[in-house]
Amino acid sequence: MARVWVFGDHIDTDQILPGRYAPYMTSEESLVKYPFVEARPEFAHRVQRGDLIVAGSNFGCGSSREYAPRALYAVGIAAIVAPSFSRIFYRNALNLGLPLYEADLRALLGDGQVVTVDLDRDRVVTEKSIEIALPEPSPFARRIWREGGVVQYYLKHGRFPVGEEA
Amino acid sequence: MKNTNTRHSGTLSEQIISHAAGRPVRADDLVVVDVDRCMTHDSLTPEVISVLRDTLHAERIHDPDRVAVIIDHVAPASTVATADAQVDTRQWVAEQGIARFHDVGSGVCHQVMIEEHYVAPGQIALGTDSHATAYGSVGAFGTGVGSRDMALALATGQTWLRVPRTFRVILEGHMRPGVSAKDISLSLCGLLGLDGATYRAIEFHGGEWMTLSSRETLCSMTTELGAKAGLFLPSGDVADEFPIPEWLAPDPDAEYERTLRVDLDALVPQVSVPPEVDIVKAAAELGDVRVDQVFIGTCTNGRLQDLRAAAAILKGKKLAAGVRMLIIPASHRILRDAMADGTMETLLAAGATVGTPGCGPCIGRHMGVIGAGEVCLSTANRNFRGRMGSPEGSIYLSSPETAAATALTGHITDPTAL
Repeated sequence: MARVWVFGDHIDTDQILPGRYAPYMTSEESLVKYPFVEARPEFAHRVQRGDLIVAGSNFGCGSSREYAPRALYAVGIAAIVAPSFSRIFYRNALNLGLPLYEADLRALLGDGQVVTVDLDRDRVVTEKSIEIALPEPSPFARRIWREGGVVQYYLKHGRFPVGEEA
Repeated sequence: MKNTNTRHSGTLSEQIISHAAGRPVRADDLVVVDVDRCMTHDSLTPEVISVLRDTLHAERIHDPDRVAVIIDHVAPASTVATADAQVDTRQWVAEQGIARFHDVGSGVCHQVMIEEHYVAPGQIALGTDSHATAYGSVGAFGTGVGSRDMALALATGQTWLRVPRTFRVILEGHMRPGVSAKDISLSLCGLLGLDGATYRAIEFHGGEWMTLSSRETLCSMTTELGAKAGLFLPSGDVADEFPIPEWLAPDPDAEYERTLRVDLDALVPQVSVPPEVDIVKAAAELGDVRVDQVFIGTCTNGRLQDLRAAAAILKGKKLAAGVRMLIIPASHRILRDAMADGTMETLLAAGATVGTPGCGPCIGRHMGVIGAGEVCLSTANRNFRGRMGSPEGSIYLSSPETAAATALTGHITDPTAL
């Protein structure tokens, strides 16, 4: 069972992981302590592996700092569902193998709600067994997730996941 | 197929990516291309090195001559952790034989890339920094990426790109004195919103008379609209300095997803109000906003043109009581030029202080972070909560002209009303 964390529109990288809490300023080991350290201090203490982030549009806008999605990946966020993502955040999350789904679930799921996230079937299942279908990810994204990230994909296939035969 | 003079049709982005792909491509196509230039700075380089070493097991990068490494985000180092990370970065740079290395004090990475002519029209340039869109000021397709994209580009010489659709922004008329490029950028942010151009390229037309400095401001700020790239085709002095390859030329049949016109004659000084860049108001209509700190600098507005504009307003005058003014030139060269022509003397005489060329407090790490309850007017590009220090501080964004006028009065002031 996973908890839903609901966020608003335009959640920027300075909220997800402020620049001064990046591993460069602190340490690699402390990365898990700082996601939403100022915007939502209880997040890092209470988040559990497999939890789901449900947010508004333009999630991850701002910096190219990869440690923003990496901090969410490191604490075990299963997926982020938002109507839209900022392009660098989308790319970084995809490259890390952190699933992103473009949908607005804020009317369906509340903060703190308990759900099951079924990534194999692209579904979120509520405690009352209501199934919410997530939009099917692109074949490109699926290929990267399946290998656990773009670097792992490249190591295995010797190429980027682009083109018919990829 | 690359390095031929084959002409491709389409927007500037489509032409540049077609050239790189060696075949005609259109918006929404997914392609793998050679990367002409890679820029990585001190903040993400440790992670890039770690991916190269520990995951890719890449002892040598693909081509050190295509790479520049610049220390600007925490420069000089403010803590033992950052100093240690910079030691590792310097060692790796030496091991890899990267000649284009610029250490503490050289300036903000994007400014150094352009000043040193490390980017050129028609190139594809990646930077581990969202404001790599600035390379569009010389007609390059510049875009920001994270550490894994950069590690793969360094290891393989390639990257994957989705060809963006393009918004065309036509600049009409001329700006009044006291109004400058940042006001155009902020008005576009107000108009389009923080995600108004997500995944799009923005192509600027009609600004053929614009200086390179103004083009850099406009192109770097397209990131704040969510854009993947912001481009000008070099013209005038910029084209003399950055010659355009034969194959790159405007295509009258290019397809733009949207066209916007900006009436420069009607433009007034703009201010972005915390906590989001797209909350934009006319400086004159802001009411009484007292400031504690004025910061002029960054890749957005820390060039000689910007410092001169501020000096022209502050000449022979003094900062308002209780206001700190921090000047951080965007590069070492700009600092020296501003000393040579008297600009720096004027700013210092007015009561300003000067920091090491680099990013300064823009990312809230050192050299001018703000405390709880403080208000900063900054010429940087972002005003998100906590960006420059305390999450209880407030960041307003403006042009250098508005910043200088504000330093004089102590409250946010329209420079055209002085």
